[in-house]
Amino acid sequence: MSALKLRDLAHSRTGDKGDTSNISVIAFRAEDYPRLVEWLTAERVAAHFAELLGPASKGVRRYELPHVHALNFVLPGILKGGVTRSLALDAHGKALGAALLDIDV
Amino acid sequence: MKTLRIGSGAGYSGDRIEPAVELADKGALDYLVFECLAERTIALAQQARLTQPEAGFDPLLSERMRRVLPSLARGREPRQQRLRVISNMGAANPLSAAREVRRIAAELGIHGLKVAAVTGDDVLAQLSAEQLLDNGATVGALGERLISANAYLGAEGIVQALRADADVVITGRVSDPSLFLAPQMFEFGWAQDDWTRLGRGTLIGHLLECAGQITGGYFADPGVKDVPDLARLGFPLATVDAEGRAVISKVAGSGGRIDTATCTEQMMYEVHDPEAYLTPDVTADFSRVSFSVVATNEVRAEGAGGRPRPETLKVSVGYLDGWIGEGQISYGGPGALDRARLAREVVLERLKIIGVVCEDVRAELIGVDSLHGSQLGSRASGQPWEVRLRVAGRCLDKADAVRIGNEVETLYTNGPYGGGGATKGVRQVVAVASLLLPREAVKASVHLEDAS
Repeated sequence: MSALKLRDLAHSRTGDKGDTSNISVIAFRAEDYPRLVEWLTAERVAAHFAELLGPASKGVRRYELPHVHALNFVLPGILKGGVTRSLALDAHGKALGAALLDIDV
Repeated sequence: MKTLRIGSGAGYSGDRIEPAVELADKGALDYLVFECLAERTIALAQQARLTQPEAGFDPLLSERMRRVLPSLARGREPRQQRLRVISNMGAANPLSAAREVRRIAAELGIHGLKVAAVTGDDVLAQLSAEQLLDNGATVGALGERLISANAYLGAEGIVQALRADADVVITGRVSDPSLFLAPQMFEFGWAQDDWTRLGRGTLIGHLLECAGQITGGYFADPGVKDVPDLARLGFPLATVDAEGRAVISKVAGSGGRIDTATCTEQMMYEVHDPEAYLTPDVTADFSRVSFSVVATNEVRAEGAGGRPRPETLKVSVGYLDGWIGEGQISYGGPGALDRARLAREVVLERLKIIGVVCEDVRAELIGVDSLHGSQLGSRASGQPWEVRLRVAGRCLDKADAVRIGNEVETLYTNGPYGGGGATKGVRQVVAVASLLLPREAVKASVHLEDAS
């Protein structure tokens, strides 16, 4: 049996403001939410994006939204200067959430 | 109980136009709002205005107005529902944009339309040299590179324009949800310190402001999250009551889907702390919002709250920040990845040899490591059949930036085997930083174009 991925339990959207990205993780089923709260910590998300965050790894924050069974991760500094200065192909970091969904649960 | 129907006609400047026309024609709307101003757009528009005084508003303003003003005209006939339009398509020049709306109305033979411009967001003349930006520099340090400074206005100026009976309200920089909050405040008479209702109205604005992003746009993931008929995606509308309770829906028969999943994704989009979503009007609290399906493609949103608004307003400061040069070339077939990697090494070495001076260089392989870096990119299994090298660098000097694309292009005859489809380009960087101003320093004012 292949490993369970976050993508099997949740969906996600990424937003940007300046140099900061926010990634929502929304459980498809409310009953999976407690498991996400317990397991998908800010530290785990920071470790997943370690290469992209570099020294900004310590700044990752997590907010809980139990009424919509969702978590919100805020990642300051991941956009390398933000959309207006960044040299990245995806300067908004729009595709970051899709990478988070590949994390093993 | 009185309800209000507010539609969202654009989620960004270049957005599709037919879904807005569909809403204007079939949405039984009271208000159609177009949100078209991204973080950097106003600085670019200000640049356009420097060379051409009448320029500086949204390039699609004229076409959008040509398509929806006939619906406004129909709404002015006896026993018809009145439709009004609110938009930040004024960008760096709301006054000129309002004149353009009037010109198009005249062209279409529509008379008596009242068009208002809201100004006051342009605070460039008010900045002092010692003011500190969020990037650590002072305003003074930008010198002649400084292009624009625009404060995020709240709903107040738009409410004044609606009180003056404007049919079309054109603004510059206004906080996105305020464009939608203003008609709710005006129609329901909400006070400026009715924080709970302002919080609810701000949630509705936030849900609508990206248009198709709540009706199934930016959502589809085949086999996991399917969305019907994306090519005919309908844009959203909210039916709101005087308590700020709302149902999000779309025109029957349009493409897309609205359910609790699409609404939740949009609610959290570009939000940091859900208890404190800051706008010029209110500190909105989305932390206890919940969604429930009331019918197919109809979702009720409830539970938003609010606390007093911030005492400062955010100001976006646009400035010139050098040049970005870029080149790309593709490699395909067996061994494509190794040849692309070799090409990358060659270009980076060439930039050193010829002495290109860059503040920052990025060399990535599209299809391999460009979106998520090499660590996450290594999760892919197997060798890619095709890979595209992209080299980009930010330089103070335009000539240096130009040489980056040239060096990628020279791979054709000097690099590895089998490269094709080289492209190159250079663009001036218009960067944006922000600062805060006390709200007393910023005053919205309304200018009514004379009706004819």
